[in-house]
Amino acid sequence: MTPAPRPEQARCDLAVVLPLSPALDPARNGGARWPLFHGYRGLAGIALLILAFALTQAHAQTGPGALSIIATIWKWTPLMASGFVLNVVISFLAMAIGTVLGTFLGLAQISQLRPLRAVSWFVTQFFRNAPWLVLLFYAMLLLPFQLQIGGVAIALPDWLKATFGLSLPVMANMSELVRGAIQSIAYGQWESAESLAFTRWQTLRMVILPQCVKRMLPPWMNLYAILVVGTPLCSIVGVNEAMTLTSNALAAEANHALLVPMYLYLLAWFFLYCYPIARWTVALERRFAIKG
Amino acid sequence: MAWTPDQPLIQIKDVHKSFGAVEVLKGISFDVAKSEVICVIGPSGSGKSTLLRCINALVPIDRGSIMVEGQEVHDPKLDKLALRRKVGMVFQQYNLFPHRTAQQNIMMAPLHVLKQDRHEVEARARRLLKKVRLEGKENAYPGELSGGQQQRVAIARSLAMNPDVMLFDEVTAALDPETVKEVLVTIRELAEEGMTCIIVTHEMGFAREVAGHIYFTDRGVIVEHGPPAEFFVKARDPRTRQFLSQIL
Repeated sequence: MTPAPRPEQARCDLAVVLPLSPALDPARNGGARWPLFHGYRGLAGIALLILAFALTQAHAQTGPGALSIIATIWKWTPLMASGFVLNVVISFLAMAIGTVLGTFLGLAQISQLRPLRAVSWFVTQFFRNAPWLVLLFYAMLLLPFQLQIGGVAIALPDWLKATFGLSLPVMANMSELVRGAIQSIAYGQWESAESLAFTRWQTLRMVILPQCVKRMLPPWMNLYAILVVGTPLCSIVGVNEAMTLTSNALAAEANHALLVPMYLYLLAWFFLYCYPIARWTVALERRFAIKG
Repeated sequence: MAWTPDQPLIQIKDVHKSFGAVEVLKGISFDVAKSEVICVIGPSGSGKSTLLRCINALVPIDRGSIMVEGQEVHDPKLDKLALRRKVGMVFQQYNLFPHRTAQQNIMMAPLHVLKQDRHEVEARARRLLKKVRLEGKENAYPGELSGGQQQRVAIARSLAMNPDVMLFDEVTAALDPETVKEVLVTIRELAEEGMTCIIVTHEMGFAREVAGHIYFTDRGVIVEHGPPAEFFVKARDPRTRQFLSQIL
């Protein structure tokens, strides 16, 4: 009754079920020993293809040729790069502020004081479910242009205000990460620490939180990658970051043929910055999954 | 009212505890003298683990009294940390700290709770590891140890606090049969050295061998108790007899 084994079918010659390339199949390259490189190469190739397509489109529309477009883009690259540096700075600062505030907020969410728990839960949910752009507008409108601290005036430039605005959703997401990680630690850890006469704070600091860090690292990096691609929102509130400067360059060139390739070029910058983070996150998740 | 060593180390009187509508302890009373080893046996869900957790105030009781060296546990002003320094506890799931090595697990509480000298604590940790036959495993992480080894580290970790009484909560229930013995041998040695022990267990052979007194609990009450020779041979209550016939 059992049909004879048919090896040629077992291998299956339908292209769709074959892995894209052996390098992209983590099962084949031993759990992706070089996850960054392999996947990176494949996807960077796709990005280049799209760029080439966009250039030929531009060529078909205007005639002056892809070369002049590349030259134009190259001309504006230093300006765009300076803007991109600001995106990176904003993302770093917003991440740092959000992480610190979010850690405290997350700890407050598991406080034994009911009012503190309730308030921190509300703050977390409020900022987690608010559109980032709305928070940005509030930050621009409500924060003063300078701070007076003991007679010293500290200027608050727009980009810094925007950074505070973006740090709010980071804080709220971080708060949830911390709360979730703490609650995912087995209750026996609390019990055994308490039976050794640790205080609650000692238990958290020495037993629970060190175990949380490992669990939180991949989603935290993920949050950072999402924040980076969210930083161009600052262009809407007038911060001179990469998106704003790219738009300015396009306005100066006044050439419609540049629109698609120029923005695509900007996209590539973000892609090249964020994609390694994503790969690294995946690699970390895999390593932690094995080690437990 | 001052407690003196000739009085029972632990006095439990009419302890009641409910979780919501379920009353898990319905008036438990017994005394444990210094250096006495008692075993608590009984079907699952009869409140044995809860009783142990009440003794070191991991679980608050509703009614009754638990005195540990003359200190009332059922007291809102209780200094829980002071109580827990005197009462060691070992759990069914070991609950070692996975991010710390065996030796660090043992050293943490004496260092940070008792604020003892690091060199002294380290020397004691090594002695304790030797005592539980885990010499050479100082730098192993819990994940690298077998269940039986982890449980012996957990015992050493508890002993590092120099407790006056040890609570064992079904410490062999999660172990492979072949590693059960090494843990039981460790506990028996402790008992022989005069450590006061309250042991919740399903190992009847072990209970018979090590216990000075056995308590059988069912549905939140002590059904029957006595010295092992008497208890295992002449159990009178039908519930005890039925339980023993299933186990032995």
